[in-house]
Amino acid sequence: MSTLLPLAAIELSITNVMLLIVSTALINNFVLHYFVGICPFIGVSKRLDTAAGMGAAVTFVMTVAAILTKTVTYFVTGNMNVTGGQPGVLTTMIAGRALDLSFLNYVVYILVIAGAVQFVEMYVRKFFPPLYKAFGVFLPLITTNCAILFATLMIMMQNMGFAETVIYSIAAGIGFTIAIAIMAGLREELDFADVPEPLRGPAITLIVAGILALAFLGFAGVQGPSQAEPADANAPAPAHVETPEADAAA
Amino acid sequence: MANGLPGPTTRFFNGILPENPVYRQILGMCPVLAVTNTMAGAITMAGATAFVLICANVITSLLRNALKPHLRILVFTLTIASFVTIADRTLAAFLPLMSARLGPYIPLIIVNCIIICRAEVCASKQGVGTAFFDAAGTGLGFLLALASISLVREVLGNGTVLSGWAGPGGLGLRVLPESFPTWNLLLLPPGAFFTLGVLMGLVNWYSLARKRRVAQGNLFTVGAEAARAEVQA
Repeated sequence: MSTLLPLAAIELSITNVMLLIVSTALINNFVLHYFVGICPFIGVSKRLDTAAGMGAAVTFVMTVAAILTKTVTYFVTGNMNVTGGQPGVLTTMIAGRALDLSFLNYVVYILVIAGAVQFVEMYVRKFFPPLYKAFGVFLPLITTNCAILFATLMIMMQNMGFAETVIYSIAAGIGFTIAIAIMAGLREELDFADVPEPLRGPAITLIVAGILALAFLGFAGVQGPSQAEPADANAPAPAHVETPEADAAA
Repeated sequence: MANGLPGPTTRFFNGILPENPVYRQILGMCPVLAVTNTMAGAITMAGATAFVLICANVITSLLRNALKPHLRILVFTLTIASFVTIADRTLAAFLPLMSARLGPYIPLIIVNCIIICRAEVCASKQGVGTAFFDAAGTGLGFLLALASISLVREVLGNGTVLSGWAGPGGLGLRVLPESFPTWNLLLLPPGAFFTLGVLMGLVNWYSLARKRRVAQGNLFTVGAEAARAEVQA
């Protein structure tokens, strides 16, 4: 990298940024395409206002955690275990050669996320009491929310730049909020439906989520036919179907 | 056990069906939905999870007297993260194709609620032997759940069993004739939700039918008690 801080692996034009946002929030929706954050999706989505609070808290923590872990990865541990990865900038400078510390990434990430959640909670409680009241019980729960760790891992594995990281994490949080809010609206109506006894509870929620995922599958058309998913079992799993770099090239 | 907690045998069998992590406790949904479009991926995932579960449970059990209450979740998480790193690097070295296919879902084992749940419920209170059998039973229950979901999805969606076990075209077994119209939808994300929802409904239906025969009361605990009595008899 010629500059000190790589902003993005893609060219930051309006088209590419819009594509990145649509692709992250709608097409590759975290809940309905990658299946991360299913626990709050099923557990918290009973009422619309709690669902919206959870979505806002996740978006907030996800952005903070993504920026922090990106910084740690770029300067200290590096991501040499993925293709096109590079060693940490500061460790290379200090050691005088490329050190592969990427095996530390998972431990460092979970520690950074747990720490970030604690600090965010204390900061919000001290300086933004109304916001704290709104987020309230959700903040501590978010440490073990897989969506946060998933976002940091995707950013590490796809070698995103700093600006890209911010856009990606905010868009992912918005996508999560959209999915959980729609689900909450549906479940408020579902309370009045006559569901067969064995299907009551999580089972019918999962089937409704399946119909919702089917609807979100339609967004794949936004990017053109090249983005259609391979239906072959030997093809890569959904996690590797598309990268923003490939989207930009398409 | 003197303190009223279940012993190793009960813990082991509880993990398989009465307290099955997927169908009964609805934990760890993320890998359950994400990797079950092929049986090979599902079994690899369940194996990695079981390895981490057993190692983390044993270590947590050994540490249980030194744990401070306010730091215990952090200790659990760091223990799990270390073993997940071992599992991830091992998979990347020996099964590179599978590792690339599962991608970020292997490191996501760190935040799998099943492992933290077992550490909290069993390993932080009981001895090493019990913790080991508890983890083994829960791991086996997780494996059975993932295998059952992926069996439905792969057979109906692709007409094969275990295809792509050793790379594309290796070791796959075609169980449905080529003329069978495959349900591609089952391999796509919505298929995961549908399959799990329907299977969970079937498990509940079985529990309800059993409940009617056994006694009145709460659905899950009565089903669990009955199955437990049957297993131990």
